[in-house]
Amino acid sequence: MSAVAWLTQFLEVLAALVLAPLFLGWVNACRAWLQNRRAPSVLLPYHGIRKLFHKDAVIAEGASPLFRLAPYIVFGAMVAAAAVIPSMGTGLPFRSAADAIALVGLLAIARVFMSLAAMDIGTAFGTLGARREMMIGFLAEPALLMVIFVASLLSATTALPLIAERLVVQPLALYPSLAFTAVAFTMVLLAENARIPVDNPATHLELTMIHEAMLLEYSARHLALMEWAAALKLFNYACIGFALFVPWGASIGETGIGALALSIPALLAKLAVAGLWLALLETVSAKLRVFRAPEFMATAFMFAVLGLLVHLLLGA
Amino acid sequence: MHLVVDPVEWRALAQDIAAAGGRLLALWGTNRVGQCDTLHAVAIAPPRVISMSIAIADGTQQYPGVEDVFPSASRMQRAVFDLCGLRSTEQDTRPWLRHAAWPVDAFPLAADPMPSSLPSPIDDYAFVRVEGDGVHEIAVGPVHAGIIEPGHFRFSVVGEKVLRLEERLGYVHKGIERRFTELPILDGHRLAARVSGDSGVAYAWSYCQALERMTGTTVPPRASWLRALALELERIANHLGDLGALGNDAGFAFGLAQFSRLKEHLLRATEQALGQRYLLDLVVPGGTRNDLAPAGATVLDEYLAQLTDEVTVLRGIYEEHTGLRDRFAGAGAVLPELAAWIGLVGLAGRASGQTLDLRVDAACAPYDELAVRRCTRQDGDVLARVTLRFDELAESVRLLRRILRAMPSGEHAVAVPVPEPGAVGVGLIEAWRGPVVTGLEAGPDGTILRCHPQDPSWHNWPALEHAVIGNIVPDFPLINKSFNLSYSGHDL
Repeated sequence: MSAVAWLTQFLEVLAALVLAPLFLGWVNACRAWLQNRRAPSVLLPYHGIRKLFHKDAVIAEGASPLFRLAPYIVFGAMVAAAAVIPSMGTGLPFRSAADAIALVGLLAIARVFMSLAAMDIGTAFGTLGARREMMIGFLAEPALLMVIFVASLLSATTALPLIAERLVVQPLALYPSLAFTAVAFTMVLLAENARIPVDNPATHLELTMIHEAMLLEYSARHLALMEWAAALKLFNYACIGFALFVPWGASIGETGIGALALSIPALLAKLAVAGLWLALLETVSAKLRVFRAPEFMATAFMFAVLGLLVHLLLGA
Repeated sequence: MHLVVDPVEWRALAQDIAAAGGRLLALWGTNRVGQCDTLHAVAIAPPRVISMSIAIADGTQQYPGVEDVFPSASRMQRAVFDLCGLRSTEQDTRPWLRHAAWPVDAFPLAADPMPSSLPSPIDDYAFVRVEGDGVHEIAVGPVHAGIIEPGHFRFSVVGEKVLRLEERLGYVHKGIERRFTELPILDGHRLAARVSGDSGVAYAWSYCQALERMTGTTVPPRASWLRALALELERIANHLGDLGALGNDAGFAFGLAQFSRLKEHLLRATEQALGQRYLLDLVVPGGTRNDLAPAGATVLDEYLAQLTDEVTVLRGIYEEHTGLRDRFAGAGAVLPELAAWIGLVGLAGRASGQTLDLRVDAACAPYDELAVRRCTRQDGDVLARVTLRFDELAESVRLLRRILRAMPSGEHAVAVPVPEPGAVGVGLIEAWRGPVVTGLEAGPDGTILRCHPQDPSWHNWPALEHAVIGNIVPDFPLINKSFNLSYSGHDL
């Protein structure tokens, strides 16, 4: 394993940690512009996290150690996920471990601990949020797996870096199956990251919350880690999308330092476009009734299956 | 029409009014020194407004309750006991406005001073429990995640489905009625305007109307036209704010941004034309504080032209947006039969087929000349309340144009004499939310013996409990916002 590979690995995790709040800030700024509002600073999420780290933590009465531990586990899972997603280069030392199914598992660990911690306090809102989160989760995970299966059928592997490599190495062609799965993936991304139309990250209405309801009892460093983890999750999902559908720009295989340096502006450009696209989707939609969310996720699953069928029938 | 009746006649009269399709609008009690305490009621059976005084001979005696005739009377009767110590035959004897902040045998409006040592404010309120497999309770408020007024909502739910909602209000009780008795009667309008800030014009007008009726003052025509101008501006400002907030609560923040912008422009135009963003101090006894200059009329006229264009576009977006329609349609429905039984009034009532609009049914000047077009909807759901807001907004714009064009000239205020002690007056104004009723009784030397402002929310809060049954928990904030009832005006 070359030094460049280790450098890529290190840079990828560092980039995820540093860029995730910026990406969130960028999405929020785009949303504000699209709604004819003056945008907050794109650096606002950093300020929020910094402020929270300086506060004294308050733990709810009756909280078990799980409640204190959960933010570290959730944050750790997101960092680990960032390490196996080829956001800048595919020549990773962890590439043999970077299995997409393992990645889905990592995301599931974060979800389970977050929900357990929300129920740990025993407040109505935490339980409400956890219950809804599990409902969204058990519908989103199969859809995400199906998306990955289509991509792995095209490249005959479930390792994310290899999927990305195959797509770049093969002669440029349009894959109808990937178009369907891209739609499915976008829907899963919205649902999994508590975005409109499934959840509303900006709401103050406690009865309608999903993700925010689970965080109501957290404060200070715990809340900071949870918020940072949420930003990381959004960043990770965006990078999974890049790896599956637009891997161009990332350094491929065992390459030199030059390709790695080039992959940084490529990543930034892709994030900028993805953020704008996400904000646009959120601005034109209203939030769904909670009971419409299963239909939404079922539609995502159906699109992924369509992608699979297209691949099997047309071989494309 | 003012009637003096005894408690038994009161019940018979209430039944007659209900049978004639009438509505109870207000109910309050008055403690008197050296005389019988009295209960007061204002009802409307269009086109007649009936105000009643009921002498309660013995303060310890229970007077007959009318909660079976007018369901909204239940909470009013409980509040009358909390404040005045007059007990009805009402089965529900739980306190309503008293949150253990004063002893159970002390009554804030009674003449004797309140005890100086107050009990610890631990309030053990017996909510109705729903039993059954899988039923659990969600307690929301009075402190909420957002900055909104305090109220407690106790949901009994199965999964996401609401089986029952019970409200607990009174968290913003601030002793407004007691404070009135410490003010000169010619100054009371300033406090009245601040009972519920979003209806400041309506409250001040209603207070001044009561005062002017008891003193026999005739308001100059220009003054009443200016008051109507202010009232319609207030209606539009609230409808704009609510339409934006309803979009936002359905996750459509674009709507909030656009309607907030339109509302802000309105407030600025209002300030340019009449001197205040929110017209809390415009209506004064005998007329208005300011006159409208020709330049101000031009500012308002230009704003209205711009508003009409923009609202037409936004209405199109609200009507054609699939996601929004899906959230609005069918949510929180109060069907006309239920609305009639509960006695729903005002905007929410008109969205459920209840036609009452004081601007038409008990039109004071200048509404008798303006020919207000009644707007009603039949579905009673969130969509109906949204659509009705658009309809009423358009109607208010039409009225404003007419008012600006046909405003009579002349003076805008006259002096009001100090009323005789014991003089009584009732004011009724259709605020944006519904009828605001003020009962006023003069004391000696230009003081206020009793002033009771009744917010329309008293009649509509019980309907909200019915509206959410069978809906899902996350739809409650949207349903609640579509009613947008007052806490401050209710808790007093």
